Amino acid sequence: MKNKTHFGMIARRFLKHKMAVVCLVLLVILIVLALLAPVIAPYSPTKPSGKFSSPPTAEHILGTDKIGRDMYSRILYATQVSLEVGFLATLISTVVGVVLGLISGYFGGAVDKAIMSFTDMVMSFPYILLVLVAAAIFQPGKWSIILILGFVDWPGVARLVRGNVLSLRETNFVKSDITSGMPRRYILFSEILPNTIAPVLVYATSVFALSILDEAALSYLGMGVQPPTPSLGNLLNGAESLSVLTGKPWLWVPAGAVIILLVMCINFVGDALRDALDPRNE
Amino acid sequence: MWKYVLKKILLAVPVLLGITIIDYAIMSLAGSPLDMMVGPRVSEAALASRAAQWGLDQPVYVQYWNWLMELLHGNLGYSYKSYQPVAELIGSHVGPTLLLMGVSMVLGLLIAVPAGIYSAVHRYEKRDYAVVSASFLFSSIPGFFLSLILIYFLNVRLGLLPSSGMSTAGTGGDALDIIRHLIMPSIVLAVGVAGGNIRYIRSAVLEILEMDYLRTARAKGMGRKIVIRRHALRNALLPIVTVIGMQIPTLFGGAVIVEQMFSWPGLGLVTMSAVTGRDYPVIMGVCLLSAVVVLASNLLTDILYAVVDPTIKY
Repeated sequence: MKNKTHFGMIARRFLKHKMAVVCLVLLVILIVLALLAPVIAPYSPTKPSGKFSSPPTAEHILGTDKIGRDMYSRILYATQVSLEVGFLATLISTVVGVVLGLISGYFGGAVDKAIMSFTDMVMSFPYILLVLVAAAIFQPGKWSIILILGFVDWPGVARLVRGNVLSLRETNFVKSDITSGMPRRYILFSEILPNTIAPVLVYATSVFALSILDEAALSYLGMGVQPPTPSLGNLLNGAESLSVLTGKPWLWVPAGAVIILLVMCINFVGDALRDALDPRNE
Repeated sequence: MWKYVLKKILLAVPVLLGITIIDYAIMSLAGSPLDMMVGPRVSEAALASRAAQWGLDQPVYVQYWNWLMELLHGNLGYSYKSYQPVAELIGSHVGPTLLLMGVSMVLGLLIAVPAGIYSAVHRYEKRDYAVVSASFLFSSIPGFFLSLILIYFLNVRLGLLPSSGMSTAGTGGDALDIIRHLIMPSIVLAVGVAGGNIRYIRSAVLEILEMDYLRTARAKGMGRKIVIRRHALRNALLPIVTVIGMQIPTLFGGAVIVEQMFSWPGLGLVTMSAVTGRDYPVIMGVCLLSAVVVLASNLLTDILYAVVDPTIKY
């Protein structure tokens, strides 16, 4: 019962942010469309289905690309792929960050020092460089981009969790657990972890947004998701050529717009979530 | 103070070493740069002699050790591709990148600082929401997409600005010409800088505005504008200094992509071609340089802290 009212309070605070509510609705629509791509896409995303480079028509509402594939279907599938990459990369980096942060903050001492200096190392690396080098080295593709982004984005989470654990360790309820001899596992996972979930969740939304941007940039450069699998980044791949840029806007404007919309909605929702979950707000 | 700086520098050495080890490890996982040379017209013997010449026939840790020893003698090695010394290659491309990063940073902060302060002072008003929404939009546009849009409008449609390189081919490239080439890439990077920082500066200023000493100043009957200008802004300098320090790695990352988009002849372009061509010595050189820059900017941030805030003593 208590949980329900707590959730209700968070929801109420969230609903105050009108922009975020609009964004959440848009985001849900985009995600549902992307997930339903196999059902609602009128054509195959990888097989030609019409004339080459045709502008939008009744049959192909967003036109076709240079080998006659339907752009609307390709964007639907691409959104699915980009969301998948962003989500899994965020999941990996959050799990890695939470585990390292928990260990570092709870045990302290030499373990803490070792983990934190490793974190500093990864952080003081212009990480696009790491991503580029790694992407060039491992066969580029969907799974390598997920793993690369996942193992590059964790330091922020680790620091956040460590800081939280350090302050939670000083609270009375954790101290009483320690003095009453509760097992470490219980203290870590049943007492400390639930109390760090809110900030981690908020941070994860920004990692999600960043991962989508990074996937787009890497795929655009040809080092991410490889054709024929469409992703929002590699759809824009051909836009550098002058004839596409000037004469065929349907090939690059919609995909770019979807990226901006996705990332912006995630950012707005994350920001409102931060406000709603902040216990200092009344 | 000097003792503190020295201690920080000494602490940075193991971090640097660690970074180079990670780099080397990742690269050697990649496979040999010789793979890029294999072809019908290259004999086994030629490959083997190349391997011996580059020391690639030795175990990875020996290769790393050799690289490190050469580095201590001030030698970054030679590019596998152009046979140029890496230090020379980096030296001749670092200028354009620094120019681009510097101009973008200044431009970005010129947008972010006033916008952040404006937004904080008018908190929860319409203009605050407008500024915050704009900052979300700024940080949601992929750099390459913004580049495409700018090229489309400013270059293709209006013909106002050149879209590639640093100076017009055939001319020596006077200052005005370089500035014209600089405008689009620096706008792209500056928008990225501004996007993230407007909100950061806004919340930093908000925090300061709630401080007791500001309430006191207002209670004394000082005007709102004077309070903000004389007390709040000076204390907001500290978070702004932090922002500059944090920005450098991100900015460098952005520069790699933007240089690619606009063929800006900087380190980013060198890096991309080294990465795709597995030119290990060049990649190591760039990674080392960027790590040094990042660590140095962290140190500089700490020192600037002490300059800006006299209550901080090291």
